[in-house]
Amino acid sequence: MSRFTLDARNLICPLPVVRTQEKVEQLRSGDELEVVCTDPGVLHDIPAWCRIHGHEVIEAVEREGELVVRLRVRKLEG
Amino acid sequence: MTVRARAVSLISGGLDSMLATKMVLDQGVDVVGINIYTGFCITGHTQAIRFKHKEKPKRNNALWVADQLGVELHILDVVAEYKDIVIHPKHGYGAHLNPCLDCKGLMVRKAREWMERHGFDFVLTGEVLGQRPKSQLKSKLPIVARDSGTEDLLLRPLSAKLLRPTLPERNGWVDRDRLGAISGRSRRGQIALAKAYGFTGYAQPAGGCCFLTDANYSAKLRDFWRYREKKDYELDDIMLLKVGRHLRPRPHFKMIIARDEGENRFLQGYCRRFTHLTSDSHPGPVVLLDGETNDEDVALAARVTARFGKGRDEQEVRVRVTAMDGSARIMSVSPWSSEQIPEDWYL
Repeated sequence: MSRFTLDARNLICPLPVVRTQEKVEQLRSGDELEVVCTDPGVLHDIPAWCRIHGHEVIEAVEREGELVVRLRVRKLEG
Repeated sequence: MTVRARAVSLISGGLDSMLATKMVLDQGVDVVGINIYTGFCITGHTQAIRFKHKEKPKRNNALWVADQLGVELHILDVVAEYKDIVIHPKHGYGAHLNPCLDCKGLMVRKAREWMERHGFDFVLTGEVLGQRPKSQLKSKLPIVARDSGTEDLLLRPLSAKLLRPTLPERNGWVDRDRLGAISGRSRRGQIALAKAYGFTGYAQPAGGCCFLTDANYSAKLRDFWRYREKKDYELDDIMLLKVGRHLRPRPHFKMIIARDEGENRFLQGYCRRFTHLTSDSHPGPVVLLDGETNDEDVALAARVTARFGKGRDEQEVRVRVTAMDGSARIMSVSPWSSEQIPEDWYL
């Protein structure tokens, strides 16, 4: 399991989700990804995207004026 | 064992594509959603930037629809490819700079490409016969099928019974009798169907889903092209056209003035790329100067900046002018009154 960070600050909906989607494609099941954003919509959108695709949201919080969504990648192996 | 057919649905986030997807899902077809991001989509941008409508949920409607229906959704970024559609639409523009027919053709083509890449069987859309003047007339629907390369593999479930049977219907992948016969601009049929499915909280149509159908936005884009002397754009250019008041005091520069705290924060993200002004003595907007400016232009911009801040009724306001290299100076100016700003400066 590895940890990754994605800087999606100053991007607005739906680009933070698009960038998350692109990044997750490169990751393996069990990897953790922290997405840092400024668009308040991500607190709804990235968890929704995770639900749809079966990834786990570890936390989605506002921290020092930025929005941080931490997720664990879940993929069917093989 | 019966093999279930697999369809790619273009999900915009509106009610029509939600209903069309549900209609096909209910027939046992496996559906994956595709949402196309052109850069001009209204969903998300303005609500995310501006502080107004804070009570409304800031959600991406396409993701919401997919979540409600329990289908996967893939968002495809076609910003680069879309440029050619906006700049040279083969089928021309609608009332403003909206290239609806070309746009629909591109979106359906992207869905077809996804379908072929992943071994799916057909494409479906929420198009309703006669609903939109530019792209959904009976004479236009075949153009979308042809331009997109989907031809017989494009199913419009909401209006299917009014159209020639497509391959998914003829092959029995879907039962034509269980598809819709909705047409026209009235939303009654869709609203009744939504009620029957128990859908609530879906996005209400509010003048389209694309900034290019908006007269003000199109005017700003035309202005942008005229003064850049080039019909082209980058993603940041079209984003900035959605934000703030745009005033063009002189042909060689314009001002982008934030209207609230949300826009202030958004424009701050662009401060390193533009000379920008802020009020140092009073709360006020972040203002970007787009174009080459001299001292006289900056002095004028400072007075206009002061007019839009809380110090507008003061004798003097201190305005900070920051160049792209980060160097800053303070100017003390007397704010202009609203009457001093000519109407025709507003884009």
